[in-house]
Amino acid sequence: MSTIDLLEDSLAHSAPGSSAVGIDAVDVSAWFGSNKVLERVNLSMPPRTVTALIGPSGCGKSTFLRILNRMHESIPSAKMAGEVRLNGEDIYAPTVRITHMRKRIGMVFQKPNPFPAMSIAENVTAGLKLTGTKASRAEKAEIVERCLQRGGLWNEVKDRLDQPGQALSGGQQQRLCIARSLAVNPDVLLMDEPCSALDPTSTRRVEETIAELAPDVTIVIVTHNMQQAARVSQQCAFFLAEQGTPGGIVESGTTKQVFDNPHDPRTSDYVSGRFG
Amino acid sequence: MTVVNQSPDLAVMSSAPAAPGPDVPRSLSTRSFDDRASWLAAMVGALGIVWVAFQVTGWSGKLGFTLLWFAVYLALYAAVTATGNPRPVVVDRLVAAGVAGGAAVVGLALLSTITYTVQKGWPAFSHWSNFYTETAAGVRPTAPLDQGGILHAIAGTAIQVGIALVISLPLGLGTAVYITEVGGRAAKTVRTVVEAMTALPDVLAGLFTYATLILVVHLDRTGFVAAVALAVTMTPIVARSAEVALRVVPGGLREASLALGASQASTVWRVVLPTARAGLATSLILGIARISGETAPLLIVSGASTYQNLNPFAQPMNSLPLYIFSAVRSGQPNFIARGFGAATVLLALVTVLFALARYLARPKRGNR
Repeated sequence: MSTIDLLEDSLAHSAPGSSAVGIDAVDVSAWFGSNKVLERVNLSMPPRTVTALIGPSGCGKSTFLRILNRMHESIPSAKMAGEVRLNGEDIYAPTVRITHMRKRIGMVFQKPNPFPAMSIAENVTAGLKLTGTKASRAEKAEIVERCLQRGGLWNEVKDRLDQPGQALSGGQQQRLCIARSLAVNPDVLLMDEPCSALDPTSTRRVEETIAELAPDVTIVIVTHNMQQAARVSQQCAFFLAEQGTPGGIVESGTTKQVFDNPHDPRTSDYVSGRFG
Repeated sequence: MTVVNQSPDLAVMSSAPAAPGPDVPRSLSTRSFDDRASWLAAMVGALGIVWVAFQVTGWSGKLGFTLLWFAVYLALYAAVTATGNPRPVVVDRLVAAGVAGGAAVVGLALLSTITYTVQKGWPAFSHWSNFYTETAAGVRPTAPLDQGGILHAIAGTAIQVGIALVISLPLGLGTAVYITEVGGRAAKTVRTVVEAMTALPDVLAGLFTYATLILVVHLDRTGFVAAVALAVTMTPIVARSAEVALRVVPGGLREASLALGASQASTVWRVVLPTARAGLATSLILGIARISGETAPLLIVSGASTYQNLNPFAQPMNSLPLYIFSAVRSGQPNFIARGFGAATVLLALVTVLFALARYLARPKRGNR
């Protein structure tokens, strides 16, 4: 844990003034029906840090990510144990409003999913509308511009904001989805393989966007692309589910350490491309 | 030296000579002249054979002639194809010919129904000055066609369908939303019941309304009661097709909405329903088109009037199906013509509604 503390210290100076919120998973386990898929995962995702979750398919990375904003429980047979603390507060506490928590912890999905019935601008402000947040026309215009700027899409779409969001290319749609999740000012942004459906150019734009957001938002990204994890993240957790056992974290630490000097031989095999 | 000599030749060979002029798309059809000729030959040959057979044996009858013609045509077509093609091709052609024949039968049936109706209704239908602007009040069944009209029936149908729509829109959409968005064990039961109700004989909807609203609540036979009977028929149709429209909304959109912090109600109202908008509009219009021509329930719960009655809560109210039913059953040629004229109006109305449904369900593109 000392590596992460150090990391936190070193990063604390990078973005003065922004309210930083970290997210911590404590003893998180997960089941689908009677099938246990995650076993006592502990991971601290400090503020202003990009944390990459890597590991082979079916090791529970996405499940873990979905537990972080309570999307896991939208699947009928899904169960979980443990705590997820946002700024020290357990988001699974009975007194917590689930919609309020999801608003603070945004999510970008693997497949770009702009709302087809809405224009580009309406897609960006959809979060306000959906959560019943009032905003004047001027405020909305300001939010649209700011979020599209932060999502790295403004210059490409500023002249056609009232066109349908689905008219954009896949990479643009994904950046629109990032802008959409930023409009409700989340403290944490979860990304579930955001680039797996994109071409290399779009992937680079999304990675640039991640780097630009990192000083303000805590980002957790699931990726199958080892180079991407190395490029975008400061912290890294390697998940693995060995034959017949639930998934868990084998090793976590700074990305540099996990990639260059892994403690566990399995991590070493995975990051060097010997399996997975 | 040899290399130098060869290179110009090679260059010519490797780059295809560019023919001047615009390029023309190639024909990608796999049907050769032979194929077309054998089809035509089978068709004409069969016609000849059957005609000769009818002459020789003295058989008669159009239906028999057509059926025999089709059978002989299939046999000839198969025989001709078999001479130059492997077995799968023969089977393929035979099945295609059979399917095309079936389609022709269905198309002809539809076409003949429409032409027969329009033809019989034309004398009344074409009296533009009175048929659509006057009612049947005080018009004797034997009266000439330039007197009286069906305005009261058109108005009645419009009012009854309007009320039925107001009742089944929330019920049908609500049921569909319950089945697809809320779910749970009860949703399956509801779905089964809805499916069963779409197959319910329409006359039962009339009997149900009669038993409840007229016998128990003691309402009169008014336009409103008729509209309720129509709504009973319409609601399951709307619910069933709206459910299909909601089911094709991608689950990723629901997740995206929930992940933004939206409640489930807000997700349904602002994401799922707008996304399925076109499909839902179609389901409603299909329901309307279905009940506009519904006759059985109206026979039980609706009285028929000859005068204009715009109040659905008092006095009987006529409607197009009821008017058609009573008109074509009368013995008077003029009154029968009026019935067919009204049927033509109903056909046109349903066609317009279907066209509207298709228009609303069109794929959306460009800016909105």
